[in-house]
Amino acid sequence: MKKNLWVRLALCFVLAGFLFTVSCAKKPMAAPDQPSQEELAAEKAAAEKVAAEKAKLEEMAKQKAIEEEQLRQEEAERDKLAAIEEFINNDINFAFDCSALTSESQFVLKQKAEWLEANTDASVTIEGHCDERGTNEYNLALGDRRAQSAKAFLVELGVGESRLNTISYGEERPTDNGHNEQAWTKNRRAHLIIE
Amino acid sequence: MLISRIKKSLFVLIVFIAASSGRCLGDYDYIDITNPFLRKIPMAISSFSAVNRGNDEVDQAVKNRELLRKSLEFTSYFSMIHNKILTSGNGSKAAPPGLNFKKWTASGVELLITGNVEIIDKSIKLKLRLYDTVNKKMLLGKSYKTTINNSRKVIHRFCSEVIYCITGSRGVFYSKIAFLSTSTGKKEIYISDFDGYNPKRFTYSNSITLFPAWSSDGKWIAYTSFAKGNPDIFVKSLDKRQSYLINFKGTNSTPAWVPGKFELAASLSYSGDPEIYLLTGTGKINKRLTRSRDSDLSPTWSPDGTKMAFVSKRAGTPQIYIKNIASGKTARLTFMGKYNTQPEWSPKGDKIAYSAIENGEINIYVIDSAGKYPPVRLTHSAGNNESPSWSPDGSLIVFSSTRGGASRIYVMTAFGTDQRQLLSMPGEQTNPKWSPRF
Repeated sequence: MKKNLWVRLALCFVLAGFLFTVSCAKKPMAAPDQPSQEELAAEKAAAEKVAAEKAKLEEMAKQKAIEEEQLRQEEAERDKLAAIEEFINNDINFAFDCSALTSESQFVLKQKAEWLEANTDASVTIEGHCDERGTNEYNLALGDRRAQSAKAFLVELGVGESRLNTISYGEERPTDNGHNEQAWTKNRRAHLIIE
Repeated sequence: MLISRIKKSLFVLIVFIAASSGRCLGDYDYIDITNPFLRKIPMAISSFSAVNRGNDEVDQAVKNRELLRKSLEFTSYFSMIHNKILTSGNGSKAAPPGLNFKKWTASGVELLITGNVEIIDKSIKLKLRLYDTVNKKMLLGKSYKTTINNSRKVIHRFCSEVIYCITGSRGVFYSKIAFLSTSTGKKEIYISDFDGYNPKRFTYSNSITLFPAWSSDGKWIAYTSFAKGNPDIFVKSLDKRQSYLINFKGTNSTPAWVPGKFELAASLSYSGDPEIYLLTGTGKINKRLTRSRDSDLSPTWSPDGTKMAFVSKRAGTPQIYIKNIASGKTARLTFMGKYNTQPEWSPKGDKIAYSAIENGEINIYVIDSAGKYPPVRLTHSAGNNESPSWSPDGSLIVFSSTRGGASRIYVMTAFGTDQRQLLSMPGEQTNPKWSPRF
């Protein structure tokens, strides 16, 4: 009789044991076992590696952002210079013995007015020029009329008059020294320079 | 009987006075003033004799005769007869005794000049005589003593006497010509003698220099220069000791002195477009003279200072107008062509020279200042001819021409004859302005 009791008790303990071992599998691995020194080191290295890679990725992203920003700035700078160059290089042309603005000239002046609106610090000198034909006295006056004509149009477009200066060079400063229609057309111009 | 004797003695008396003082009378009708250059008076200048026959003297004799010949030829009144046999002088005699007028007139000569040269130490003595070979009379007898360096001035003094005798006017010998040249690479003002001799640099603006203008006493030159970065008018005394600046905002150009005054008219664009103003020589505005749309510029004064001709684009193309200062009335002068500029009023008052563009060429025209007759064209098919300026006696016109390629200074008579180059310098020469007589 007493022997049966002990067998039953032992069975209970085994059963409980089984129960416990089954449920143990769900618990974190580290809990029941104490990890060894090697395993610790390996885990630490792996973690550091991950962290380093993460930092590297972050760093790369940062660099990329900086470079992109630089590129944006450079492009903006180039655009700005291009706009200035266009502003300076795009002359307003005139017909012979004429200071009236053609529709093309008006278009060019509108572009210049836009630039001036975007660059409110800038002051500008409008030069009036003529081709070599005709007499020096009259051409100096005609250059003056051309510069004034361009200035008046810009003022009409809203540019502050105090930002615009004029000067006539008559036929004294041609941009093309040829003696043909092509040169003459180029030389009959109002030219803007930024002060 | 008595009356005719009195007449005779009077005549003799007058001739005697004429011979001894060497003054010419209006009796001698040498010049056709309607066109004195149509028929040039045949003149001969015999070789000057060297009194002491020294080498220096012979050298000076040759030089001075040549200068005299060139200077008189410059006036275009004379055609020089170069007949070797006739012009080889006596060589040794101090004064030509009993001139054989016949041998001269036989060669067509009507006026004869003889001279002799004597050098004493550093000074030179020149004896010069002008003869009317047809009427067998001496018209001028002059004796000059000066330093050898100064002989050019003395020759010109004699030339002046000759011209006064022949035309009643003193001629151009005491005058200079201002002009622009790019010899240094930039336009600067240079001044030469009336015959182009000895050009000297006047401005050192190292910039664009334009439009030199002489005051009527010859003591001031006004001009436009970009020396200060803007076209301003500089007023400078000829000795450069005094200067004034006319620098209104905008274009300050084409100064023109009022005759007899320290006042000038100029084109200023500070009001918004080029208009003509009257200013003091120091740069103070006295009066506004034009008030029109578009350009007004290039004033030029009548010799009595009562009228001003100028260029205006008020009618749509550059044309020449005349304003009467007292009445304020302005009338248009030019109606031919679409581009008439650079007007210059003759010192005689009767004509205005100007340049006009026609068929792509610039040429010089002359129109009577009353505008009654059509303008006369003086230059033809010879490049661009512009910027005319009258000699102080109104007999010659100096201008610039590109007929030879580069722009050079040329001279012609008031009728357009005898067009010849005045001088040549490196670069291009333009915008000549003849001074008044000094």
